[in-house]
Amino acid sequence: MAEVANVTDAEFDSLISQATGPVLVDFWADWCGPCKQIAPVLDDIAAQYADRLTVAKIDIDANPNVARRYSVMSIPTLVVFVDGDIATRVVGARTKERLLDDLAEYLG
Amino acid sequence: MTDVRDVLIVGSGPAGLTAAIYAARANLSPLVIEGLGAGGQLMLTTEVENFPGFPEGILGPDLMARFREQAVRFGTEFITADAEAVDLREAPFRARVGSTEYAGRSLIISTGASARMLGLESERRLLGHGVSTCATCDGFFFRELPIAVVGGGDSALEEAIFLTKFASSVTIIHRRDEFRASKIMQDRALANPKITVRWNSAVEEMVGDAKVERLILRDTITNEKSELDVAGVFVAIGHTPNTSLFEGQLDLDANGYIVTQPDSTKTSVEGVFAAGDVQDHVFRQAITAAGSGCMAAIEAERWLEAVAHAH
Repeated sequence: MAEVANVTDAEFDSLISQATGPVLVDFWADWCGPCKQIAPVLDDIAAQYADRLTVAKIDIDANPNVARRYSVMSIPTLVVFVDGDIATRVVGARTKERLLDDLAEYLG
Repeated sequence: MTDVRDVLIVGSGPAGLTAAIYAARANLSPLVIEGLGAGGQLMLTTEVENFPGFPEGILGPDLMARFREQAVRFGTEFITADAEAVDLREAPFRARVGSTEYAGRSLIISTGASARMLGLESERRLLGHGVSTCATCDGFFFRELPIAVVGGGDSALEEAIFLTKFASSVTIIHRRDEFRASKIMQDRALANPKITVRWNSAVEEMVGDAKVERLILRDTITNEKSELDVAGVFVAIGHTPNTSLFEGQLDLDANGYIVTQPDSTKTSVEGVFAAGDVQDHVFRQAITAAGSGCMAAIEAERWLEAVAHAH
């Protein structure tokens, strides 16, 4: 069962470049209520789609550089990277069903 | 097999969790479908200064964690997902979460209300790129930048004051020439040197390619247009009740709030009760929501007793 890995600014680039499939990155922070609401949804998705998707989270408070590079201005922001590029971007908490809809293309 | 409880509660803000505490203490083993927005609107706030019993104030999320802990202590169970459909035609009332169905011989609805947006196309396009509805989440991104807050109620002023911790300046944009907010919040906002107010102003458009760069404002009296350079805009113009699940099954008022009987939480369906912001567009306080949650649990208990005696 795959878990959601915590990554730092320093680890981010190698995570993205070494991944073989799509990578879903959750930009979050401890003070953000909706980030806490979506965390269990991401845990579920990471476990359920372990063979298709890498799921990681980055605490933007401790790691502001990656968030700045991708102009994250609202959290939670979920970004899917494919081959190192942004494939899609989702802002705000949502239900698992809706998130799976948003991600359908990368889970097939 | 559907899981049938005495009391099923949908929603987990102050109303739902208070109902759960009372129902659990009455041995009604409540099940709470707490939803993705578990904890409700207080999860998006910072300091709560007016909840009795907390003279030093308490953070909204901490207060809700305490409510939940108290409900758990007496045996409340939780489903952490959204109810996606309900069937209120007859008891037991049913709620579906994914492919699982839960049912209650009585049902307490406390799904609350959600932040309203202005409804501009540019607002939708720039959401997450300078447009936000959550000051506590996103204030961080606007350090030393000019921002605007749209609205004139307590929430808008509270957000504006909170955002002065980060922003270089906060402009409150309000359609009228006076605030709806309480006197204490008005005094604090107006005394804050970082806050200015644009009275009689409405946001016509949010401008920016990749992120918000400025707003186009319209004077609500003269219709004159003006521009305001901001890096961010926080929308706090009120709430809409979360009642789409119940349309066509319960009486709702013109604004979508669940209609309850006077001095009661009874809805148009016997055995279904509503508490908190989902049925209250007047007071909308944590303490009034908690109060009506208590009423709903007591009314549900009485209804269950009456039904049991009738058989």
